[in-house]
Amino acid sequence: MIMAIAMATITVTAITITDMFDYEFMTNAFAAAGIVAVVSGLVGYFLVMRGQTFAGHALSHIGFAGATGAGLIGIAPLWGLLAFTLAAGVAMGALGERISNRDVAIGVILALALGFGLLFLHYYTSFATQATALLFGNVLAVDHPMIVTLAVLGAITLAALAAIMRPLIFSSLQPELAEAKGVPLRFISTAFLAIVALAVSECAQIVGVLLVFTLMVGPPAAAQRVTTGLWSGLIAAAVFALAESWLGLTMAFYSDWPVSFCIAVLSAFAYFACLALSTRMGPAHPVPAP
Amino acid sequence: MSAITFDHATLHIGGRSVLSGVSFNIEAGEFIGLLGPNGSGKTTLMRAVLGLLPPSGGRVEVFGRPPERGNPAIGYFPQLRTVLPDLRVRGRDFIASSLNGERWGLPSLSRKERLAVETTLESVGARDLAARPLSEMSGGERQRLLLAQALIGNPKLLLLDEPLISLDARNQEIAIDVVRTVCRERKITVLFSAHELNQLLGTLDRVLYLGNGQAVLGTVDEVVKAPVLSRLYGADIQVVRADGHIFVMSRGRDVERVDHMHDHDHGHSHGHDHGHSHHNH
Repeated sequence: MIMAIAMATITVTAITITDMFDYEFMTNAFAAAGIVAVVSGLVGYFLVMRGQTFAGHALSHIGFAGATGAGLIGIAPLWGLLAFTLAAGVAMGALGERISNRDVAIGVILALALGFGLLFLHYYTSFATQATALLFGNVLAVDHPMIVTLAVLGAITLAALAAIMRPLIFSSLQPELAEAKGVPLRFISTAFLAIVALAVSECAQIVGVLLVFTLMVGPPAAAQRVTTGLWSGLIAAAVFALAESWLGLTMAFYSDWPVSFCIAVLSAFAYFACLALSTRMGPAHPVPAP
Repeated sequence: MSAITFDHATLHIGGRSVLSGVSFNIEAGEFIGLLGPNGSGKTTLMRAVLGLLPPSGGRVEVFGRPPERGNPAIGYFPQLRTVLPDLRVRGRDFIASSLNGERWGLPSLSRKERLAVETTLESVGARDLAARPLSEMSGGERQRLLLAQALIGNPKLLLLDEPLISLDARNQEIAIDVVRTVCRERKITVLFSAHELNQLLGTLDRVLYLGNGQAVLGTVDEVVKAPVLSRLYGADIQVVRADGHIFVMSRGRDVERVDHMHDHDHGHSHGHDHGHSHHNH
């Protein structure tokens, strides 16, 4: 599977590399999507491991309200997105499992956030043209300063993830034992949701708030079907996300379809292909006779 | 030397008194069966020993010192494990996560730590298991893997919270046998909580029976008799011995078995839970 995608990437890019990269918006898009894909794949791996994908989805919707609200008071949507997702992430972490794992509570809050997003759009009508970009992404409009911003945010996100990774894995896999060994569970889960908030804000710049699953959940979920190792899983998640976003951009360039649609299709395809692959092969190791 | 000392200790959870003014003394190297009806405080008692729940009255000591969180001398096997239904992490990585898992930074294991994992897996016969993801393991296999994990780092005290839950009779015997062999060999003190006394009869040195906020420590003959258990259960209890087995009955029903079946169901529904963690202490 990885081989197939890699080979496809090579053949496609070999034919098209000359004309596609003649356009600055394409090189910008490749750079931005590359940064965001790696961050999304790595952070998403833990989101899937912890079974908190829905919380990640909710954060992006809350971010939508932040982004439109930012437009209303005249600042860049990214900062509104960041402020709202971070605040919501920290609040969810602080309230603990009572909230962050409750589907109904999260669902109600994300619907409320989308409603507020709509309200802000209503009062700032000239901003409405940007609504589609916020909801579904607009990677082809990324400029140089935005790439720098994404790179800095991405570095902060990954540095924070690296700092808490060990206790994060421990408390995700075995919370009772981690607590007994002195891991501050509440702090770890709050810090992690703040990291997710950062990743969601970056991801939304590429595929939009409605499609953050395509880079944050699809690739890690596919990775966990093909490998059960921790490091191999992390690497595979990042590679899948990178391949899907770059292939998606290429596909969009030659087909004139929206980039986010192409990435969404590739993400779903990769996930179901890996699922079919792992189901067909059955358990990786047969059960030894007792 | 004493492994665990409770001196008029009182334990509260959320305003409810679970154990009140309890005193007992477990010697190092003893294999103690921890018994008692549901909600009698078996897990709570372990949490106090782990330093997660300070006593609201009296004194608790572990190897002569107050309990401290993260004590490396204690190996812990928690009862309610939040195993996500679709957790596709291989067993080896799963248990490796517990080694110095409280440290910051990226996960990495030294050669010595890696060796410790392998040796422990070997000692409970779980080496082949460890290559498979948890989502593909049976209850018995998962139990064996977690037992290996509790033994890493050569603890002097092992707290096993209902390790027999959701195992069939054969796997229960295997689990007890593994614990007995390893712990006798390494002179580890064991606190083994269970619902049924009979499987442990040939293994345990003494029983610690909880109920009604009280605790009684003694040999099976001293503790498992009608007057003591009637006091702990707060009900009229008969103890019937037959063919080397002991049945604790209340109004003609086997209380251990009823409890056990009840909890067995819990174990099952937990396994199918959608990744929600439970803190049911």
